[in-house]
Amino acid sequence: MLARTQHAALWTAEHGIMSAGDDVERARRFREAALPHLDDAYTLARYLMRDKADADDAVQECYLRALHHFDSYRGPAMKPWLLAILRNVCNAEFARRATQQTAPVSVDEDPATEERVWHEPQPSPESELIRYRDGETIRQLVAALPPIFREVIVLREINSLSYRDIAEVAGVPVGTVMSRLARARSMLRAAWNAEQGRAT
Amino acid sequence: MNCSEAEILIHALLDGELDAGHMRDVEGHLAGCAECSKKLAAFRGMRRAITEANLKETAPLSLRGRIEQSLPAPAREETFAAKAPHFGTFRPSRRSFAGGFATGAILSAAVAATLALGVFRSDQDQLITAEVVSAHLRSLQPGHLTDVETSDQHTVKPWFNGKLDVAPPVVDLAAQGFMLVGGRLDDINDEAVAAIVYRRRNHVVNLFIAQQAGGGRRSSLSESHRGFNIRYWSEGGLGFWAVSDLNGAELDEFCQNVRASLPGPSAAPDWLRRP
Repeated sequence: MLARTQHAALWTAEHGIMSAGDDVERARRFREAALPHLDDAYTLARYLMRDKADADDAVQECYLRALHHFDSYRGPAMKPWLLAILRNVCNAEFARRATQQTAPVSVDEDPATEERVWHEPQPSPESELIRYRDGETIRQLVAALPPIFREVIVLREINSLSYRDIAEVAGVPVGTVMSRLARARSMLRAAWNAEQGRAT
Repeated sequence: MNCSEAEILIHALLDGELDAGHMRDVEGHLAGCAECSKKLAAFRGMRRAITEANLKETAPLSLRGRIEQSLPAPAREETFAAKAPHFGTFRPSRRSFAGGFATGAILSAAVAATLALGVFRSDQDQLITAEVVSAHLRSLQPGHLTDVETSDQHTVKPWFNGKLDVAPPVVDLAAQGFMLVGGRLDDINDEAVAAIVYRRRNHVVNLFIAQQAGGGRRSSLSESHRGFNIRYWSEGGLGFWAVSDLNGAELDEFCQNVRASLPGPSAAPDWLRRP
């Protein structure tokens, strides 16, 4: 479990010294700024945490932390700011698990030892079955990438962040983003080709 | 520029992240290097496949509700009631049944939909499409599917008397494999509508019926939104929206059966015509 209670307590302490009107106004601003990015946050959390319940917890924790730090938020963009918080939450959770268990969970970089990816039935018209199968394959191939490469693909291709925003989320220079993205796409392409070779 | 430099920069080219100077350099290299051009084409195709795969997840309504709940609450119920007055008028039991959590989730979904729509969609039709899908999603929440639950069309139809300014047609499609589950009042784009609920296998079909207002859309429509198939047509002064996670062919079949059971001839929209 994530340290949710601790943050809830911090938040409550802060909550106590604010007037109710400020509080509601602040919550309104936060809601308008942060909630439109919920699907993006949830998507990144699913790819980082894999487990549905873990992703739920991570996103909830992310929004709690974001609300807590909302007063110090100066922009410019809300989406990378939120996703950076989310990434920290996920990494903190992996670090916590690593200290509690002898075997590291999911942080190794070898795709061959990655645990199974999630499967989820998606409603899809039969006319799109072929595309759907491809979509499912792509999802699995992305999910099987080592964490730092998976992350950069999700941020770029699914969350549609610019290189500069990805650099902010991942806490690395733009040059590193570029080389990671090039490597990640090459790995994905190789895996995709292997998959197609297997299918035919 | 050599190939190892180009190998990194073709991605920036693909992502529209190159300044004019670098773009000229990369394009100059690509013009003379078949290998790198091939790579660029392959990565471009892969990118398109990823986009088409639509890998973005939708946050569960329960998560949205939990986050909403953790925020200091404004006068949420008031906003909700003001936005959709007929919820309060016609469905007092729904309100109390749904309770705070579900109401929060529904409201936040509506708020988020509104915000997203404000940014991305200006087209009224698309807005209604999203509203129809939201209404369908809401109906799938526990206890929300029907206000009157019966497979008898002669019970569902009179139930709407006095609740709407139109009498929605309720047809029995059991013989065609669509079981009538019941009906409820719903709300699309701030207008009260009848929702007739059918089921095939595990798939719920919501058939929304509303009076065709002067500004309502006229042409029929067939599309999918967030993984749900949506069909629209109008006839006899009524607008019909069918929405379901059923596949497109079966939803077309559903619409065809509904139309065949309605009184009066009308020209079928393209997607309803059998080839």
